[in-house]
Amino acid sequence: MKKDFLSHIDKRNSFFWVSSIVILFTLIIILLSEAYGLNLVSTSFTKVLGKTLCLCIVALAMDLVWGYCGILSLGHFAFFGLGGYMIGMWLMFERTKNIVVESTQNNVLPLTEIEISEAVGTQIFGVVGGAEIPLIWSFADSLLIHVVLILLVPGVLAYIFGWLAFRSRVTGVYLSILTQAMTLALSLYLFQNDSGLRGNNGLSGLQNIPNLDDFSQAELSIWFLVLSALTLIFTYYVCNLIVNSKLGNIITGIRDNETRVRFLGYKVESYKLFIFVITAIISGVAGALYYPQAGIINPAELAPIASIYLAVWVAIGGRGYLYGALIGAAFVSLASSYFTGGQIPNINFGVFTLKWVDWWVVILGLSFVITTLYAPKGIGGLIERIFRRN
Amino acid sequence: MSVLLEVNGISVSFDGFKAINNLSFSISNRELRAIIGPNGAGKTTFMDIVTGKTKPDEGTVLWGEKNLSLLRMSEAQIVEAGISRKFQKPTLIETQTVFENLLLSLKKSRNPLSTLFYKLSIADEKEINIIANEVNLTESLSVLAGQLSHGQKQWLEIGMLLAQKPDLLLIDEPAAGMTAPERKKTVELLKRLSQSQSVIVVEHDMEFIKSLECRVTVLHDGGVIAEGSLDYVSQNEKVIDVYLGR
Repeated sequence: MKKDFLSHIDKRNSFFWVSSIVILFTLIIILLSEAYGLNLVSTSFTKVLGKTLCLCIVALAMDLVWGYCGILSLGHFAFFGLGGYMIGMWLMFERTKNIVVESTQNNVLPLTEIEISEAVGTQIFGVVGGAEIPLIWSFADSLLIHVVLILLVPGVLAYIFGWLAFRSRVTGVYLSILTQAMTLALSLYLFQNDSGLRGNNGLSGLQNIPNLDDFSQAELSIWFLVLSALTLIFTYYVCNLIVNSKLGNIITGIRDNETRVRFLGYKVESYKLFIFVITAIISGVAGALYYPQAGIINPAELAPIASIYLAVWVAIGGRGYLYGALIGAAFVSLASSYFTGGQIPNINFGVFTLKWVDWWVVILGLSFVITTLYAPKGIGGLIERIFRRN
Repeated sequence: MSVLLEVNGISVSFDGFKAINNLSFSISNRELRAIIGPNGAGKTTFMDIVTGKTKPDEGTVLWGEKNLSLLRMSEAQIVEAGISRKFQKPTLIETQTVFENLLLSLKKSRNPLSTLFYKLSIADEKEINIIANEVNLTESLSVLAGQLSHGQKQWLEIGMLLAQKPDLLLIDEPAAGMTAPERKKTVELLKRLSQSQSVIVVEHDMEFIKSLECRVTVLHDGGVIAEGSLDYVSQNEKVIDVYLGR
């Protein structure tokens, strides 16, 4: 009997395959890279791939919270964005400070702390008509503190939001709407000039890593690719551990029959909160790796539509299959940048010109509808069906 | 025999409809009790109140030797205190195997972190096998709960209650969808269970109630109208009027 039970679990364990593929993929890109290899893959494309890995990480989080725990959160991109802002603050502050100090190196008198602070303030906040460094930037010169904040800020927001929502037993579509409201409110707040995060300008120049000026963008892009790949593997390991543990049974139980789990004596709210907070932290980490590769973050990144796209990726890739989320996120986001990047020529039908930039959204919508109708378990479900048949 | 559960003068209404009206009820340690009554008599609402799903407008629900009030506890705390419930419609995690359903029911720490690092021990596996044997599901341990027959689902749910080692089992319509031999086995099981814990059975089937050979409480319009042996309550005028028919 035990053997039967274990075999029931084993077929869900895809960690070995996924980590092997990710490592192989990363090695191939390094081999073909501009900085360390045959110069066949451009730096900008390396960055696209690195960013795609980060989107895979946040898709894992979405799959855990929605595919496994049944909470359709349409706000996880808010946590992703917050992670980006947290690392962005350090990147921007530290780099501006370095520039200020460097440009005055030949002065007779070295700048005082206050002079540096004022100069940095003018540099960063000039665009929003200020020179003061806001209070929330107090720790912006400490990488360590900001790395902690990448985990802490999304985690605490998710905890407060989740505690209020789950305790009141808000579920289903009502919860989804609440999460949309959360990300919209956060985005609108960040658009304010006095939010202390440069309003609609956002944080920019994030691709320049302070104190690493001697290294080219080509080299940095590979470093970030490797870092993103390792983080993805680690995240996959953690998610895999969760879904294959007894905790995994409980959260899928909550998804499929919340009443039963509650009347087995489990505090359903605590479990939901646990998963919600963990996935928010994962999203924050993914964002912190994404935006240095993107170079810029602004409040539009936290718009409600971003989180909806995230749900679409996971739905197409396959809810309840961790590797499905990866396939969905990688495939759809790469296709999206391909179709909207202007690389493929528009097709002229005489009276009507097919512009891929406009039509991509239609294609995405159609594939979402087709998946929902004909493959409700997504690509992951199709793969699982093929494997079972053999 | 000491009193295990004491319900005193509870009332609850939904949109002006009094589902439970000044109901009092008590059950002793290791007692088997049947509750009968026509549709809408308040049987399920009564169970909802005891298990914390519904809060009554008035009255008290006291539990155990320490007379704890169940009204201030959450559903999960009430389960922890020792009350387990089988629903009228079999309520299982249908996408998981019988083994997994039983595993989740075992009396273990209910804290998220300890479930994350839980390792299946030989003792736990043995316990699951004993319970599966008790409810005739040894052959089906690796079958998805959703694929069981209706009767087997009822049994699995009873097995899941046993795994929680409760002091009181609330069992709503256990015989529904069972064949005659299955019913017989269920009766034997319930009788055996009542030797070590208290059991409340809600059932419509009079034959089934009769074979339980236990005290019967008759509910009507949210209150108790008779209590005693089945023979005694069957002769009660009011019971004949509202339930048994003439």
